Amino acid sequence: MTPADLEFVAELVRRHAGVVIRADKAFFIETRLGPVARREKVPGVPALLEQLRRVPDPVLTRQVVEATLMQETSFFRDRAVFEQIGKTVLPELAAAAAARGDGRLRVLSAGCATGQEAYSIAMQATDLAAPAAVEIVAVDFGSYPLEKARTGLFTHFEVQRGLPIRRLLAHFDKIDENWRARADLRQMIQWVELNLLDDLTRLGTFDLILCRNVLGSLTPQAHDRVLAALEAACRPDAVMVVGALETSTLSAAFSPMGPRGLWRRRTSLADTPAPAPASAPARTQA
Amino acid sequence: MKSVRTCLVVDDSRVMRKVAIRIVEQLDFDGIEAGDGLEALTYCRAAMPDAILLDWSMPVMDGIEFLRQLRAEPNGAKPVVVFCSAESRPERIRLAIDHGAAEYIMKPFDGDIIASKFEAVGLI
Ligand SMILES: C[S@@+](CC[C@H](N)C(=O)[O-])C[C@H]1O[C@@H](n2cnc3c(N)ncnc32)[C@H](O)[C@@H]1O
Repeated sequence: MTPADLEFVAELVRRHAGVVIRADKAFFIETRLGPVARREKVPGVPALLEQLRRVPDPVLTRQVVEATLMQETSFFRDRAVFEQIGKTVLPELAAAAAARGDGRLRVLSAGCATGQEAYSIAMQATDLAAPAAVEIVAVDFGSYPLEKARTGLFTHFEVQRGLPIRRLLAHFDKIDENWRARADLRQMIQWVELNLLDDLTRLGTFDLILCRNVLGSLTPQAHDRVLAALEAACRPDAVMVVGALETSTLSAAFSPMGPRGLWRRRTSLADTPAPAPASAPARTQA
Repeated sequence: MKSVRTCLVVDDSRVMRKVAIRIVEQLDFDGIEAGDGLEALTYCRAAMPDAILLDWSMPVMDGIEFLRQLRAEPNGAKPVVVFCSAESRPERIRLAIDHGAAEYIMKPFDGDIIASKFEAVGLI
């Protein structure tokens, strides 16, 4: 792959997904584009890109962009984050949703890849008094990872990364060499193929939003735009989770809940003080 | 010197023991090996390890029988036992857990899987 080819692909990916491709990723990109070239029946990656330069076919462009995105994920990725979500965040949000009357607790997994994050939340939801009230929307740019996510089928290796054995036994059935998430988990999740740079308002609003290991890969403009759209999708008192190692700082309407990338939206602007003193009284909202 | 924690690898395959020992040593454990449950029990009576990576099907004494006898030993509750077996039928895995294994690894495994499981049970 020539530097010009790499820059051409990088520009497509920046423009369409807002994702930055680093120069040292040339080999990875070429490996990923090989199958796309074969599907298109062109003799290799350079020819594929040449065709795309001549005719900017939107379907092929999308396939090329999708093929370059990193879909690395695992169950309960960053265990401490999921511990905080399972022990305190979900039960609190569920209680608030029940008190609110509609009872629905809506969760968004933004950039869900092959779905392990969404299934992890679904498993934690089954620990709640009313799991049926939990509705998870999982969004990704890629149609292939979503197709896999929807089946609920995971390999021997995937189910052994981050997934405790008790959870595996409780929530999955063994099918030949693979494991399949049971219907109650699958029914909790709705899979949506969507670019996070597009209009997110059609997804509705959420009590819990996870956007982890996505924002850090975006251009500054795309980062700010996606973050603003996700913030706008937060209900009052919603919790937003960004990657534990990512540096995204949310607007003043959110305050951090510890060091692991969890933020809570303040109920109202009146509740948006300068950094609170250590002895701040407990908040009085229900 | 700070004492290093030990992980006893119990497997009847010498190759498997070697692979596993190398992985647990990378996770900062002192790796020791036993070829069957009885040998492992003898080792444990002399010095309880911190962790045990335990195969199921072995000659002389299998993993489940070893675990049963281990837990009856004085101080036998101490080691964190992680099964590591080719057995992947859910009801069989459940049996191992019911016998007091903290986690269960299905073979084949790799270093990431052992690290992930050891982390899950608080060994690392
Ligand atoms: C590294 S994975 C992270 C998966 C999961 N959130 C986690 O933390 O394990 C990043 C995912 O974000 C998706 N992604 C990147 N840019 C996107 C965009 N503009 N719109 C939708 N999804 C995007 C990629 O397709 C990929 O599946």
